[in-house]
Amino acid sequence: MKSFDYLRPDTLDEALAALSDPDAAALGGGTNLLDLMKLGVAGPSKIVDLTRLPGLDRIETLPDGTVRIGALVRNAALPRDPGFAAAFPMVAEALLSGASGQLRNAATVGGNLMQATRCAYFQDPFAACNRRAPGTGCDAKDGANRNHAILGWSPACIATHPSDFCVPLAALGAIVEIAGPDGLRELPLAEFHLLPGEEAHLTTQLAPGEIVLALRLPPGAADFAGHARYLKLRERNSYAFAIVSAAAALRLEDGVIREARLALGGVAARPWRATAAETLLAGARPAPETFAAAAEAALAEAAPSGANGFKIALAGRILARALAAAAAGTPARMPALPGSVLDDSDTEAAHA
Amino acid sequence: MPDDFAPASHVRLGSNSGQPQTRLDGLAKITGQATYAADNAPEGMLWAVYAGAPAGRGRVASLDTGAALAHPGVVHVITPQNRAELQQDPDARAHVFAWKIDILQSETIRYAGAPVALVLAETLEAATEGARLLAPEVEPLPVRIGFDDGEPFEAATVGIGANPATSVGDLEAGFAAAERITEVEIETPPQYHNAMEPHAIVAQWQDGRLVIDTPNQAIVMSRPLFAEYFGIAPEDVHIRSPYLGGGFGSKAILNGPQILACLAARETGRPVKLVLSRAQMYGPVGHRGATRQTLRLGTDAEGRLTALAHHSVSATSSFDDFLEPAANASLNTYASPAISASHSGSRWDIGTPGPMRAPGEATGSAALECAMDEAAEAAGLDPLEFRLRNYAETDPATGRAFSSKALRECYRLGAERFGWAGRPMAPGQMRDAKGRLLGWGMGTSLFPAPMSQALARATLRADGSALVETAAADMGQGAWTALAQIAADGLGLDLAQVEFRSGDSELPDGGVAGGSGHTATAGSALFSAGQDAVAQLVRLAVEDPASPLHGAGNQAVRAQGGRLMLEGDPSRSESYAAVLARAGLETLAGNGRGARSPEAAGAHAMFSHGAVFAEVAVDPDLFQIRVTRLVGAFAAGRIINPRLAESQLFGGMVWGLGFALQEEAVHDRRSGRLVNGDLAGYHVPVNADLASIEALTVPEEDPFVNALGVKGVGELGITGTVGAIANAVWHATGRRARRFPVMIEDLL
Ligand SMILES: Cc1cc2nc3c(=O)[nH]c(=O)nc-3n(C[C@H](O)[C@H](O)[C@H](O)COP(=O)(O)OP(=O)(O)OC[C@H]3O[C@@H](n4cnc5c(N)ncnc54)[C@H](O)[C@@H]3O)c2cc1C
Ligand code: SF4
Repeated sequence: MKSFDYLRPDTLDEALAALSDPDAAALGGGTNLLDLMKLGVAGPSKIVDLTRLPGLDRIETLPDGTVRIGALVRNAALPRDPGFAAAFPMVAEALLSGASGQLRNAATVGGNLMQATRCAYFQDPFAACNRRAPGTGCDAKDGANRNHAILGWSPACIATHPSDFCVPLAALGAIVEIAGPDGLRELPLAEFHLLPGEEAHLTTQLAPGEIVLALRLPPGAADFAGHARYLKLRERNSYAFAIVSAAAALRLEDGVIREARLALGGVAARPWRATAAETLLAGARPAPETFAAAAEAALAEAAPSGANGFKIALAGRILARALAAAAAGTPARMPALPGSVLDDSDTEAAHA
Repeated sequence: MPDDFAPASHVRLGSNSGQPQTRLDGLAKITGQATYAADNAPEGMLWAVYAGAPAGRGRVASLDTGAALAHPGVVHVITPQNRAELQQDPDARAHVFAWKIDILQSETIRYAGAPVALVLAETLEAATEGARLLAPEVEPLPVRIGFDDGEPFEAATVGIGANPATSVGDLEAGFAAAERITEVEIETPPQYHNAMEPHAIVAQWQDGRLVIDTPNQAIVMSRPLFAEYFGIAPEDVHIRSPYLGGGFGSKAILNGPQILACLAARETGRPVKLVLSRAQMYGPVGHRGATRQTLRLGTDAEGRLTALAHHSVSATSSFDDFLEPAANASLNTYASPAISASHSGSRWDIGTPGPMRAPGEATGSAALECAMDEAAEAAGLDPLEFRLRNYAETDPATGRAFSSKALRECYRLGAERFGWAGRPMAPGQMRDAKGRLLGWGMGTSLFPAPMSQALARATLRADGSALVETAAADMGQGAWTALAQIAADGLGLDLAQVEFRSGDSELPDGGVAGGSGHTATAGSALFSAGQDAVAQLVRLAVEDPASPLHGAGNQAVRAQGGRLMLEGDPSRSESYAAVLARAGLETLAGNGRGARSPEAAGAHAMFSHGAVFAEVAVDPDLFQIRVTRLVGAFAAGRIINPRLAESQLFGGMVWGLGFALQEEAVHDRRSGRLVNGDLAGYHVPVNADLASIEALTVPEEDPFVNALGVKGVGELGITGTVGAIANAVWHATGRRARRFPVMIEDLL
């Protein structure tokens, strides 16, 4: 493969300095970047391994109740943290529904946010792909696109962001902390990933030379802990990306939904926060019809981008299902098959 | 060597067979001591990486060999322009097991991923980058992939030299007599072996001999295939294949990259290692070709088949003719006065398919079992009852008696274990406690019990232990363990006293690890080699006045636990070591052969059978499917090692699950390239897909298949399972499978 320099900076400043080279790439667990390098899709001349940067592998609670997750926390470590899993059960469930144990051990929070689409044509250096090689076209449009986007796509690109983790994060209003040559800034996660529009190659708001430093879950995000689920539809019952997925969290008072947080996964180039549906649910009583109406609202704008119209119905159904599951209460224990609609564990609620 | 080494009549195996011995090589494998082909790194070795064609059809117009050669570490680039002459034409098909392969014989591109040039370098990284730098420029032609775009043709043979069309009885009369006719069309996709160990070869030339480390399912048989390319004698090819990380048929057939590595080693005068990347596994090393099958089943008022017509359009490459013999699955399974099995071909711009675990049987059984289920439904009969009404007492294709067939017992045992009784006839009737749709389905398993030919040597040693040798292949299935058990029985020794040597072409030909016939074939050779050694030992003893067995007839002496003893009088006995010592022998070697005599083969129809019952849970809105129970009951002759047989049957059943619900290679129909050519995209089952599995075996004495009574269990479990799961999905949802894998959108 192409030769490259490997750097392992010990400080953030060194890392940022190294990343000022446009040919440099940040390395987390490498579970995505190294694959793309082997495929010839990525070819950095410099790899900047972030994993030794101090302090970024911590989960901390700030004085105001904000929970801050360092970018280097491993995907396996987060759901294993009892405090975190109790406060944000659907985030833990989403993480555990993704990839495999081995991959989660290696993958980092920052890498998960930044992971590339799984579009086969993006991964094939010989294919036309606006996202990988701007202006070349989009082979997915008339190709294998069964699992492509149904929301927010453009003729330039119909790819989805494949992360499970990001879906409940978007729902809970997570904030992304970014460090770059010009200092620190932050953005809501739900806006962090870009929809394709004309320019499919711009996939996130991260400017060249910037890195993801941490994620923050704002105070109040834990208020949904008692009624939160992440459900993920897939043909293989584990170790598969979502066809569609949904995160649903409710704050219930006296049998009434005070506040709802909803996001869909596998449907767009970003985790899809469903604000219209959230508004519709506020003040309603949990009921199948209400959930169906919310699902309809969430997918009002949905359109097939190829042979994937079936995903629209499924996205609506999984959202309604996730809402019903959330209303029933977060399970006392993590389901044996996290995120699965076919889980067999007993569903006794935690009554958190 | 005389022919009569093979035991002629049914034998009594000793106490090693039948034991659930764990794999003898298990510890070496889990501790990393076992060396697979790619683990070899001889002194001075070069790495080879080939560049694959980026288009499915066309011509390579240019290659940037300059860029590749300029890359540090790159030593040499072989292209069609400079590739040295070979003694064999890669497109010749000189042997019944030889297929047309790609060895840079021209610039023509026949499928995406076919080798277009080979780069040799001092490191894997340099070779990989060199191959990338070649950046082939291609003059593409329109690609033909899929049954609608493929070029239809009439096939001369299917599978390995089988007839494309077979029929018995009067089909027209059969359909005319039918009360009902059920017609079903089902497609199966291209599937890939996906062995855990990728194909690999380390080739080196030593004094004119070609020494190869490569995983190989047919070690001795492969020697002439390699030799012909280089104009050397088969004996001058030495193949070492001690461990295989799965083969499933793909490592039985010579492939282009193997010859390229040998050629490169000859040209550079250095050992060469070539390991296929996972992506490269989807192209030049075979796959299971797609099929489009049509079945017509005529049934009478009682639900008995009056006619069965099964046609398969089987996809193959544009340039060679391996056709999945799917329709032949209908020839031996169910009784029908008229049966026709026929095939035609469809040429696609893909690598040539080849045998993949249950080639033909898997695809054909999948379609047949679905069709039988529909016919049962049409006849208003329980699927099991329907199959019992159509039970074949004799082989439907030939009229011959079965050598043994305990299928009825399999149905009974499997159904009982599963709890089949009380299954509602109509679909969509059952729900679990969580409201999910439940469905029950079943299918019949059937796989031939063939034998190839094998030789073996058993050498008794002065200390009474023995060395047994045959070039058998252990693909991970545990062959060596089961074979060592048989060998020990042949010698009348305990397993611990037998040293088993295998996996090397310098040893007696162990035959092919394929067709589920390896245990039967190599086992027969090993057993008879042991018996031959023991017979010689007995002769020494009974003829020796100093032996306590002196004067006993040969037949009256029994060998057990390393001792010879008089039948009925154990006080007259002595150890092997004592006999050898008195005779002044350091060693005593016996030879054995395993093969089925043509008379035995002609007299009976020989198959393993089974019945598989499946339960699936299906989400009623989202249609995600999970197999909650699989129960199989199998009759496969004598089981040498119940633990290994069970794991083979499990493996087959789980493979069937993958076939039914997950496995599919998707090609881009414009470029011909795979869009899911890796294990993230090409799904095979994981533990979460299957909540419970059981494989029961029904005792079966078969005096005809071979003296050991051994059939085979390697492929059987796939057949039956695919249909059982698809039928269970129907029973849960009311939707019939029209293509495999069954996908969520098919159920919406
Ligand atoms: C077989 C397979 C199955 C998978 N299944 C799933 C699944 O079901 N669900 C799911 O959600 N995911 C799945 N994944 C994806 C997996 O979650 C990601 O590969 C992983 O999260 C990436 O994290 P990493 O640390 O390994 O990233 P890396 O590979 O190290 O990096 C990925 C990208 O992020 C950049 N990057 C890394 N860290 C930072 C940072 N701090 N700031 C800025 N940029 C950064 C890198 O430069 C690179 O572009 C799967 C992956 C594989 C290989
Ligand atoms: S969908 Fe997007 S990522 Fe996929 S080929 Fe088209 S442009 Fe590339």
